[in-house]
Amino acid sequence: MTSWERFLDTFFNAKVMAKYWPDILYGMWVTIELAVLVVITGIASGLLLALLRAAGIRPLNWLMIFVVDVLRALPPLVIIVLIYFGLPSVDIAPSGFVSTWAALALVLMAFSEEIFWSGITAVPRGQWEASRSTGLSFTQTLFFVVLPQALRMTIPPLTSRTIAITKGTALGSVVAVSEILGQASSAVSNSYNPSPLMLGAAAYLVLFIPVVVAGRWVETRFAWKK
Amino acid sequence: MLDTFFNIEIMKAAWPILLAGLGNTLLLSATVVPLGLLGGLILALLARLRSPWVRWPLMAWVDFFRAFPPLVLLIFLYAGLPFIGLELGGFGCVAIAFFLNTGAYYGEILRAGIDSVPSGQSEAARSTGLSATQTMAWVILPQAVRNVLPDLMSNTLEVVKLTALGSVVAMPELLFQARQAQSLTYNPTPIVVAALIYFALLWPLVRLLSRLENRALRTG
Repeated sequence: MTSWERFLDTFFNAKVMAKYWPDILYGMWVTIELAVLVVITGIASGLLLALLRAAGIRPLNWLMIFVVDVLRALPPLVIIVLIYFGLPSVDIAPSGFVSTWAALALVLMAFSEEIFWSGITAVPRGQWEASRSTGLSFTQTLFFVVLPQALRMTIPPLTSRTIAITKGTALGSVVAVSEILGQASSAVSNSYNPSPLMLGAAAYLVLFIPVVVAGRWVETRFAWKK
Repeated sequence: MLDTFFNIEIMKAAWPILLAGLGNTLLLSATVVPLGLLGGLILALLARLRSPWVRWPLMAWVDFFRAFPPLVLLIFLYAGLPFIGLELGGFGCVAIAFFLNTGAYYGEILRAGIDSVPSGQSEAARSTGLSATQTMAWVILPQAVRNVLPDLMSNTLEVVKLTALGSVVAMPELLFQARQAQSLTYNPTPIVVAALIYFALLWPLVRLLSRLENRALRTG
């Protein structure tokens, strides 16, 4: 066997790949499911918090700023571990999937709240004053005048942040979630062959290259031109 | 509740273990941040070459490493390389993975910074007799870095947080030590303390960034 053949046999072993690709495919579905859940719940709760902050209740806002800061300062993996290994001590035992989802959604919530809030404060005060003086209520002003302008500004930073956090789904493998990386790692230790890792890597590229390229496009398309 | 999450006895026992972990986290950060910056600088300078033979592969390279979750890259190196006879150990793998991954992010930021410096600056510097290298090092880069400083800092925050991934490949950094202490004591207090240490370490940076970001959006 030449060294090239040995290399192929090690990293692109057809037999091993044929055996484990259904596992990786299953992992892809888990990754997609987890990512979609994180993005929807994270961004929705972030927007909700930003709207609540616009109401301007001082003590509530301080609390919110503190919680957001905590979630921005902690590594996501630490939050996952804290939920997964910490909560069972008080008789709440979330699964690895739920722990990962909750942790990443919290992190995305914190970052998107910051981004939405920056967007809302970036809309000039005159806009508020003008629409209030035409007889719109606070809520109407917020929803029909300020938010449409604010949201447009937040799209580029929100996109890149969302992509970065979605990639964190791979952290689930640490707490036994059977997403792509978890499936690939256990396949490697079962087969003593790294080919499943190659499949896993390919699966990530298939999922995320389109997202990264689309993100690049979105960032230029919605870049704020003055 | 207090006994479970803030057990004083366990805190005392775990403190030296966690402190050693904190030391390693700082050491690891002090290694991977400069490595990532170096990788980023190389990419940003390569992006100056306008030839399509450089530009397209470069863009593919950056997108490739931005699409790859850092943990996947790390596991890939850690579990895959031994099969071709390369035993790099946890530290070596973390260093290479961060060089590739965070280098791609730093590269994008620095590129944007260099693009933001008006071309007149470079023309003026060259016409005073500075060489191309001198112009880049003394005129363009200082202004570029200043223009993208908030982004650089925010990426650095992410990199320091990413060092927690080292725990997965048995690097004895803060999270790893906390989990060791947790499994020895059957109590989550060490993890809570580790989280507090991370927070105390990174909160100032988070505060500063949140100010800078707000100001940037407001003044456009």
